[in-house]
Amino acid sequence: MSRLAKLLALALLCGGTAALTIATTSAQQIAARDAGKTPPKLGLGRVALPEEIKAWDTDVRPDGQGLPVGKGTAKQGDAIFQAQCATCHGEFGEGAGRWPVLAGGQGTLKADRPDKTIGSFWPDVSTVFDYIQRAMPYGNARSLSTDDIYALTAYLLSMNDIIKDENFELNETNLASIKMPNATAFFDDDRETSEKQFWKKDPCMADCRAAPKVTGRAMSVDVTPDDKSGPKVE
Amino acid sequence: MSDASSADILSRRKFLGAAGLAGAGAALSSLPAKAESAKPDPAITEVQDWNRYLGDGVQKTPYGMPSKFEKNVVRRDVAWLTASPESSVNFTPLHELDGIITPSGLCFERHHSGVAEINPADHRLMINGLVDKPLVFTMDDLKRMPRVNKIHFLECAANSGMEWRGAQLNGCQFTHGMVHNVMYTGVTLKTVLDEAGIKPNAKWLMLEGADAAGMNRSLPIDKALDDCMIAFGMNGEALRPEQGYPLRAVIPGWEGNLWVKWLRRIEVGDQPWQTREETSKYTDLLADGRSRKHTFIMDAKSVVTNPSPQAPLKYKGRNVLSGFAWSGRGTVKRVDVSMDGGRNWQSARIDGPVFDKSLVRFYVDFDWNGQEMMIQSRAMDSTGYVQPSKDELRKVRGVNSIYHNNGIQTWLVRSSGETENVEIG
Repeated sequence: MSRLAKLLALALLCGGTAALTIATTSAQQIAARDAGKTPPKLGLGRVALPEEIKAWDTDVRPDGQGLPVGKGTAKQGDAIFQAQCATCHGEFGEGAGRWPVLAGGQGTLKADRPDKTIGSFWPDVSTVFDYIQRAMPYGNARSLSTDDIYALTAYLLSMNDIIKDENFELNETNLASIKMPNATAFFDDDRETSEKQFWKKDPCMADCRAAPKVTGRAMSVDVTPDDKSGPKVE
Repeated sequence: MSDASSADILSRRKFLGAAGLAGAGAALSSLPAKAESAKPDPAITEVQDWNRYLGDGVQKTPYGMPSKFEKNVVRRDVAWLTASPESSVNFTPLHELDGIITPSGLCFERHHSGVAEINPADHRLMINGLVDKPLVFTMDDLKRMPRVNKIHFLECAANSGMEWRGAQLNGCQFTHGMVHNVMYTGVTLKTVLDEAGIKPNAKWLMLEGADAAGMNRSLPIDKALDDCMIAFGMNGEALRPEQGYPLRAVIPGWEGNLWVKWLRRIEVGDQPWQTREETSKYTDLLADGRSRKHTFIMDAKSVVTNPSPQAPLKYKGRNVLSGFAWSGRGTVKRVDVSMDGGRNWQSARIDGPVFDKSLVRFYVDFDWNGQEMMIQSRAMDSTGYVQPSKDELRKVRGVNSIYHNNGIQTWLVRSSGETENVEIG
């Protein structure tokens, strides 16, 4: 039964003028809202229980919303990192093989080969916590305790010189206040203004440029499959 | 123009052989021999086995597969790109396709923690956050909702990302193969959001997958209510496991990473979540060290798939040049093709249906006299956006953006018909 039908049924059951008036008002409000945007409910699905929401709604935002109660230090995180993470990410977050580098690289973003790490690139510390919590360690996700995740986050901030004291306790009340070095270097998509020259009424059709010359060849680079060496891509 | 060194030729032969394309670089056939001077064709004059003996009966293959003669038509990966196949990508064989629909089994894959194997009976979709009523849906619930069908391209934001610094991979499968075009069946995202009732202060959604990466992205509410879907079908059947079975998001025209697979939860909020995939990845680092974020839209792009390095020209005389074009901003209005590296252009013939935010197929039917060509294509969309050259793009973005490389591709077709990926200046 729709909400409207339920309200009308209630009104009829009550039979009183006052109740009927209230119901009519509610019905009008609902009708007005329906006309605006909300279509009638299909009556499908069921209410999510608090325990179910708690089990899945683990995401953490930059403002700290979603952070669970817990704590950890870089010193504690070091031991966990060496046991759970160093195989891929290196002892100090320097990366092993082609696995992601997590530390260092500050000041390289304008360089020919930028090193985009947590310290040099990531704008929000909440992302570190959220990502470890949902996806790490690789192949055994959701196996770490909340305190382990705080400790690992602290260790990674320490490896990036964002936390100086290895005994500093990172917890749900102070995590969101930590500022990341590259936080202010991000801006929203502005291609429609910054690249407006790509909107052209009549692109050139004839004699548009001088005779082109070949300046580079994929065959010379020779990294098309079969080759084990080659540049890294994200 | 530079000439091929012997080392280049050797390495190219190695590649062609490895890709199962041995013979593709064979010497160019001359014009077909005239009938009066040729020997009778045994394919015609001899009785063939398939013309005499019975073939397989029905039900030999309850789920039909391509002919064994099509075994080269497969997705391929580039092993050195990533550390692990479970967090990696492979590429659609664009040069083997025609029309606009990508067969489901050839749609490129990109996973962050491998393919989640989910029994649909165990799958749930939760909607929570800024809603009147947090809800849980089963797959059966979703299939009782009003259904829609739409054809859209999905392009990975990193498609052509290896080519920012110059020509690197020799084949359109590798340079452009992180795109596919599929008919999706499902329900609009608005349908499920309306069922939960979104609160007036809702501005963003977070879409989350059930895979071992818990892949999650923030999506502006206006886009969600405009044209997004949650799909359980592709090309007339259930989603393939590697494409998110049993449920994925469809975010038309926007980068593939937003199309969360194995979709299990949608949270409604008032600000973006700044997840790993929208900050540390899928942001575009510019030359000045700043980074553009929330670059959701895939700009107009096109590529000639035939000829291309994996599909060289085999004949002089009559030939068909073919390719795809697409735009995340609307429909493709026109595709121009140049045979001389962008000096002169002609408009290609678009054939087949033209849908909003979908691949379109274009052709140029031409005669080739064996002259070297530098082939390019240039897409224009319904907003007036014209696909830029690679140099125009580098001028405004630098070479470290990784994502959103929609620059014009150049293929050098040699007089032998062999074709290679080149950079021109």
